[in-house]
Amino acid sequence: MTRTMEKIAPALLIVSVFVVWELFCLMAGISELVLPRPTQIVAALVKYAPAIWPHAWQTFYTTMVGFAFGVAIGLSLGVLIGSSKLAYKTAYPLLVGISSVPKVAVVPIFVLWFGAGTVPAILTAMIICIFPIVVNVATGIATVEPELEDVMRSLKATKMEILRNVGLPRSMPYFFASLKVAITLSFVGSVIAETVASNKGVGNLMMIAASSFNVPLVFAGLMVLAVMGMSLYAIFSVIERRMAGWAMRKEVQ
Amino acid sequence: MKQVPIVELQKVGVTYGQGPDQTEALVPTDLTIAKGDFVALVGPSGCGKSTILKLVSELLEPTSGTILFGGRELGAKPMRVGMAFQSASLLPWMSVRENVMLPLKIVPPFKADFRAKKGGEYRDRVDDLLAQVGLLDFADKSPWQLSGGMMQRANLCRALIHDPDLLLLDEPFGALDQFTREELWQTLQALWLDRGITVMLVTHDLREAAYLASRVCVMSARPGRIIEDRAVPFARPRPIDITFESDFVSLVQDLRGQIVHAPVGRTEDAA
Repeated sequence: MTRTMEKIAPALLIVSVFVVWELFCLMAGISELVLPRPTQIVAALVKYAPAIWPHAWQTFYTTMVGFAFGVAIGLSLGVLIGSSKLAYKTAYPLLVGISSVPKVAVVPIFVLWFGAGTVPAILTAMIICIFPIVVNVATGIATVEPELEDVMRSLKATKMEILRNVGLPRSMPYFFASLKVAITLSFVGSVIAETVASNKGVGNLMMIAASSFNVPLVFAGLMVLAVMGMSLYAIFSVIERRMAGWAMRKEVQ
Repeated sequence: MKQVPIVELQKVGVTYGQGPDQTEALVPTDLTIAKGDFVALVGPSGCGKSTILKLVSELLEPTSGTILFGGRELGAKPMRVGMAFQSASLLPWMSVRENVMLPLKIVPPFKADFRAKKGGEYRDRVDDLLAQVGLLDFADKSPWQLSGGMMQRANLCRALIHDPDLLLLDEPFGALDQFTREELWQTLQALWLDRGITVMLVTHDLREAAYLASRVCVMSARPGRIIEDRAVPFARPRPIDITFESDFVSLVQDLRGQIVHAPVGRTEDAA
């Protein structure tokens, strides 16, 4: 009983948020220009579906490309930094510095270099998701138990062997946990870039809708983003359980 | 006929740190381990017991002196070493069998054939060893499904699977309850008798040292120094009841007295 409850509870919560939202707007008589009701948002979704679709695809595509590059770079940097104390200490301050720069601020630079459109969106999605991946992978590798490292070193294992047999597998739970954060961040990145400088994508669609006071369409755009983010989060959760289920112990068994 | 000792420490000293912060961990020490020996190192905490193990396993370089392996200098002849610590540190993503198999993947000459023999010959080798310590039924389990005692059994197997010249144990049973610990003493004794391995055991449990070892080396507080090297005469295999006999009890009391009343530091300076 409690298990099925656990499973449906999240959906129940989402539905009840929408119901409360709907009732609140109806009872307080809030104009759709300020806060559209969920039913109005769904109506807008259906009405503008053909117009939304290419934008949604654009956002999805730039996010995924940026994310893929981000994962590749983040993973390699993480391995590099995690496996050497010197590299960790040397590179960490720089990484923190880069990651604390607000990503909206770098979009104009990308636009300057590559022109408005797809490329800045991909780059923003990429750069925003690198940091959490690097930190997580590096932490996973750097926190190998000293006893275990001694056991491996006493077997005369090379650095590569220790990394391959211990460090990398050990960092996988950290890696997959960071992917869930990274994918949602990537959406933030590409939408920011689209909002600032693009003629395509959900971010751009929302800008245009807002400037013509089509508030339900703005919210429809938000809804599309939320659904995409949630679906990818769910996909990565499944992959995480497959690849690093050992870290969750009883849940898999 | 005198056999070449498997390990020989000649005036080996260790100093950690540099300048005014430096601490002497080990006063230049001589220690000889013969093949087939079972030597226990006992002493107060911080006396350099573990330092000696790290020296022998080449995890640490001595500040002074020479370490000979099989009569030759360090690095000249590769020594095969197996190590086990108090924390079993088994890899949670592998089964018990895969954990025990790990050294075969890394240590030559097994390394070369690992891929080919992983499913066959090496698997039998691992299963034989697991059976010997009573873990065969748990070979496919994950480490976190084992009890603390079983984890240490697996840990011992991992340290032994590659037929090390020297088995180094750093308080391997320190975190176990008394009953489990005594069970593991018997397991370890059986392994030692069966395989003719050479063992160095670091422990602060004097009963453990007296029960398991053929030689007990008592060390003084930091900076560490071997103040007594005593042979333990009891016949093998030793039953666990021996720990209640008067000879055994008086040996343990004697060792204890030596540690408690040990002069601190280097006596040769005072003389």
